[in-house]
Amino acid sequence: MKIHEYQAKALLKEAGVQVPRGVPIFDLNQVETAVTELGGGTVVVKAQIHAGGRGKGGGVKVVNGLDEAQKVAGEILGMQLVTHQTGPEGKQVKRLLIEEGMDIKKEYYFGIVVDRASECPVIMASTEGGMEIEKVAAETPEKIIKEFIDPVLGLRPFQATKIAYGLGFEGKVVRQASTLFMNLYKVFEAQDCSMVEINPLVETGDGRVLALDAKVNFDENALYRHKGGWPELRDLDEEEPLEVEASKFGLNYIKLDGEVGCMVNGAGLAMATMDIIKLAGAEPANFLDVGGAANAESVANAFRIILSDPNVKAVLVNIFGGIVRCDRIASGIIEATKMVDVNVPLVVRLEGTNAEEASKILDESGIDMIVARGLADAAEKVVAAFK
Amino acid sequence: MSILVNKDSKIVVQGITGNEGMFHAQQCVAYGTQVVAGVTPGKGGQKMDEVPVFNTVDEAVKATGANVSLIFVPPPFAADAIMEATDAGIDLVVCITEGIPTLDMLKVKAFMKGKKTRMIGPNCPGIITPDEAKVGIMPGFIHKAGSIGVISRSGTLTYEAVAQLTERGLGQSTCIGIGGDPIIGSQFIDLLALFEEDPDTEAVVMIGEIGGSAEEEAAQFVSDNMTKPVIGFIAGQTAPPGRRMGHAGAIIAGGKGTAAEKMAAMTKAGIHVVKSPADIGETVVKVLGR
Repeated sequence: MKIHEYQAKALLKEAGVQVPRGVPIFDLNQVETAVTELGGGTVVVKAQIHAGGRGKGGGVKVVNGLDEAQKVAGEILGMQLVTHQTGPEGKQVKRLLIEEGMDIKKEYYFGIVVDRASECPVIMASTEGGMEIEKVAAETPEKIIKEFIDPVLGLRPFQATKIAYGLGFEGKVVRQASTLFMNLYKVFEAQDCSMVEINPLVETGDGRVLALDAKVNFDENALYRHKGGWPELRDLDEEEPLEVEASKFGLNYIKLDGEVGCMVNGAGLAMATMDIIKLAGAEPANFLDVGGAANAESVANAFRIILSDPNVKAVLVNIFGGIVRCDRIASGIIEATKMVDVNVPLVVRLEGTNAEEASKILDESGIDMIVARGLADAAEKVVAAFK
Repeated sequence: MSILVNKDSKIVVQGITGNEGMFHAQQCVAYGTQVVAGVTPGKGGQKMDEVPVFNTVDEAVKATGANVSLIFVPPPFAADAIMEATDAGIDLVVCITEGIPTLDMLKVKAFMKGKKTRMIGPNCPGIITPDEAKVGIMPGFIHKAGSIGVISRSGTLTYEAVAQLTERGLGQSTCIGIGGDPIIGSQFIDLLALFEEDPDTEAVVMIGEIGGSAEEEAAQFVSDNMTKPVIGFIAGQTAPPGRRMGHAGAIIAGGKGTAAEKMAAMTKAGIHVVKSPADIGETVVKVLGR
């Protein structure tokens, strides 16, 4: 799960991480109070959307005084901000963060993620602040310091000190930097983060080390033990409305750009179904895992969500019945078509336990659908149905 | 005739009195698997059908000689259950549970280091040696005893591949779902090594998906160590970057972990890479010249 920069900074501040003073605002009439609170000089107006690349897209501006702040805030709040992560349609800015301006001496990169290959958290730090770490890794990997963390012991102080010296901090600032690293790791561990990224981390002219930006993502599997905490910070405006709707019914749905809607049980088979639709010459409109049950109600909800996407020209249902018998799934599908008006061609492929009986039930139902046998047959039939 | 589990495996089911645990334990018994014990703290002394229930895995092992554990414990307690099984000296832990926090799994892996216990999963369908032992939630009847090893990060997609093999008369030595999480007990390479050593496995089907680098590591291993043919498929060729495709581990992050990269690495290693998930069975037939 992702949260906004201002929320991440509040969380970090609570853990003793130094961040610039800032005020989040949701409405233009809050700009004046915010700027006054920050002392009225140079401030930074930052668009709050979950996507990265906000600066390049024109969503982050340094301004002088209240008048300019108001003008720029007016331009950014409500704009469709397009970055390399939002797609061409962009994302509407509904929240701003107004922060004190900083006298930046040097920028750094600092990130903590779980390294799947070595099976432990890893800190990546670099003197190339403000650049994407993937780019640094590809072009100048020697500039990245990597420190692997023992998941039981956590970040040890010597490691934090090593990183601070490795980044070239000197004098008193070393201690400040290493303390900040220790605190960032504490947040990573205590909050079940999947990522904590500070880009840039800055040293100021007056010798302070701060998190100038903050990206914090959480492991949703750990949601149950953070009730009342970060799960409350979810911003539904940042998510695709259909995906939010699907999640209410326990359906795992991801909207894509194609024309063939698909409903599958199991994540791997759902991905494979998307792939075979593409191989058959069309594009998948979505990823949808209906889960193990695949009963009338879940199938009806899935139909409704798939068909809410106006691009969908045909629907493929691909279920591998294991423990759940195909004949029961077939009855579920028939019932679901009575609950939801399926107004595009429907291709159904049921495989596994009692598949023969299921085909018979579907054939005899009188419902307008195309029954397929096998994956390839299903994909070809669904593409032929609308092309 | 197999790897890891066979007709002599003695299974203890952790979480046997829960809905899911009970149902699947019964299914395993119906398949002919030796389910010798169950564990639910506080329910020791009871019975689930004919299976005795114990309070701890340690008691269960001492009383029954169980050497394989099948875990259905809910996510908040699953990491502890894996460590309990490891502590009790179980040879193989198969954890079905989906939704264990990643940081818990890192601690589990650290705990297991240097101990003899091997883990399959979590977030997996389990492991089956056809006609001998079903230790998991897969439908038993689609399998057929034979000489093809199957390793997969998926559940239903594994069933799809197995069904394609069985339909073409190709039986399986052992089929393993290694799990869809980012941190799992056994990787492709661990199991490829076992299949390479198993005299009754002729060829291996490996089914990967987007995210991480386990398939690339497997490709390197195949190229360096495998003499048996490997047939591979990667799910998620059409998956968008940055999105988690159902499985916690199925995500293209920072441009890494794409299907294209994995398929290229596998092809380079001499793995027979199948583009269409419908062609897995047919490709095995061709590779084996049947």
